[in-house]
Amino acid sequence: MSILVYVENTDGKFKKSAFEVVSYAKSIADNIQTDLVAISIGNVAEDELAGLGKYGASKVLNVNNEQLASFVNQAYASIIAEAVKSTGSKILVLSNSFSGKGLAPRIAAKLEAGLADGALELPTINGDKLTVKKTAFSNKAFATLELTSDIKVIALSPNAYETKETGGSANVETFAPNIDQTDFTTMVKEIVRATDKISLPEAEIVVSAGRGLKGPENWGIIEELADVLGAATACSKPVSDAGWRPHSEHVGQTGIVVSPNLYIAIGISGAIQHLAGVSSSKTIVVINKDPEAPFFKVADYGIVGDAFDVVPKLTQALKAYKGI
Amino acid sequence: MKILVCISNVPDTTSKITFTNDNTAFNTAGVQFIINPYDEIALSKAVELAEGGKGTVTVINVGDASTDATIRKALAIGADNAVRINAVPRDAWFVANQIAQYAKDNAFDLILTGRESIDYNGAQVGAIVGELLHIPSVSIAKKVDIAGDAVTVEREIEGGKEVLTAKLPIVIGTAEGVAEPKIPNMRGIMSARTKPLDVLEPSAIDVLEHIVSYETPAPRGTVKLVYAAEVEKLVSLLHDEAKVI
Repeated sequence: MSILVYVENTDGKFKKSAFEVVSYAKSIADNIQTDLVAISIGNVAEDELAGLGKYGASKVLNVNNEQLASFVNQAYASIIAEAVKSTGSKILVLSNSFSGKGLAPRIAAKLEAGLADGALELPTINGDKLTVKKTAFSNKAFATLELTSDIKVIALSPNAYETKETGGSANVETFAPNIDQTDFTTMVKEIVRATDKISLPEAEIVVSAGRGLKGPENWGIIEELADVLGAATACSKPVSDAGWRPHSEHVGQTGIVVSPNLYIAIGISGAIQHLAGVSSSKTIVVINKDPEAPFFKVADYGIVGDAFDVVPKLTQALKAYKGI
Repeated sequence: MKILVCISNVPDTTSKITFTNDNTAFNTAGVQFIINPYDEIALSKAVELAEGGKGTVTVINVGDASTDATIRKALAIGADNAVRINAVPRDAWFVANQIAQYAKDNAFDLILTGRESIDYNGAQVGAIVGELLHIPSVSIAKKVDIAGDAVTVEREIEGGKEVLTAKLPIVIGTAEGVAEPKIPNMRGIMSARTKPLDVLEPSAIDVLEHIVSYETPAPRGTVKLVYAAEVEKLVSLLHDEAKVI
């Protein structure tokens, strides 16, 4: 009885979330004294696959098939479910990434497995039962979920578990699944990726701004600060509603929930819906000219001041610190 | 086009979340319930697609009689009829099976859900329904275009977007950007009272998971304030104390 972990790649390279899920699954495998097998779908080079051994995978099943070069939700779900069965795995781990969110429920349904979506910590395993902590009420609370099914699926929140290098190299094996042509019902037409931008859900530092910025033309100072920090940019709901910034940058209860190491909120008052989206950030810095802004109550560090004055100065100070 | 919109009944986004019974149950006292905001986007899109006699919109909810007010709101926004599966939702597998059963019996062209509910944040039901019906599902759609039976969906991916094509029938989980939320007008509110709301009994489905307990996030310490004239001090605190840069 091994543990299976599905690793996502982007253009043949594994993302940080892939190393996170392998590290996480390895900890579970060690805990219940079993081996960790990874499955990868797509065109990934042998050494990249073998490199998963560094994070604890002992074997990597490689599915490299022309038909599966780009993401097909249904087909990927069928293949991963088949791999769970053929490896006799009782636990499947994958990332709760955008694609993972679409895959995990379909895989779980095929296996009649309970699914812990958005897991935040290592599970507690007691015989046939598995409990794990996950977000609930859009980060306003946490729930401890118990999976009672025979097979269990865990979708790990991005940034929730640190990658751990344990050394070693994985054996790469070709896995030739049954391909069900009726699974090919969607076709990727186009992928647009802003290569110079850091992905918000995965970012370690996020610089976010609100209505205090007064208009979209003033975002230059936010982008400069983000550049110096290697941060992703984000915004509050009123800002994306007004069309100043795209919806994909909206952080909050009805937007993206983030858990970076550092969240810098500029000119955001801190409505309860916004705070829900950022409450699991490790460190929060608030810059706001209103000392009564509710955001200060949940911040670790704060500056009461005008964004147009403070932000450029902070960017300068960071440049000096980094020697840029 | 026959459209099914799955809605869930959730606490208003301004609600303070607390628990009772030794942190095992959500405290509903004083909480206002609303249509899950993402489901409202799904519903608004459905009404937009059906406008001008181009289709019909059915809303479905799995819940007890306390969710009727939320269902009536959905009818006021523009759904033609509603179905309530008379059961307290137990887990995503249970809810999805109830919906899939109804959808199987009634052959819908398009099934819309919100990308996730803002209470349990499962984001599971839509994709499970797709799996049970063996039709495609897209979990986090930002843009949906339908022409005849051709579907074009823009979905969110890390650091960008993916545009994909498919054919009806399909399940789509909608996020912000898919449609402007529709506000019910007086005529909608009046007609909602007389639109059909059928109550059906649930199928027997085993559950695969349950919530054991809840907790609320630990409060942070008091904020450390730095003078605006001393931003260098913030840089040192972030480096030396917080160790995040």
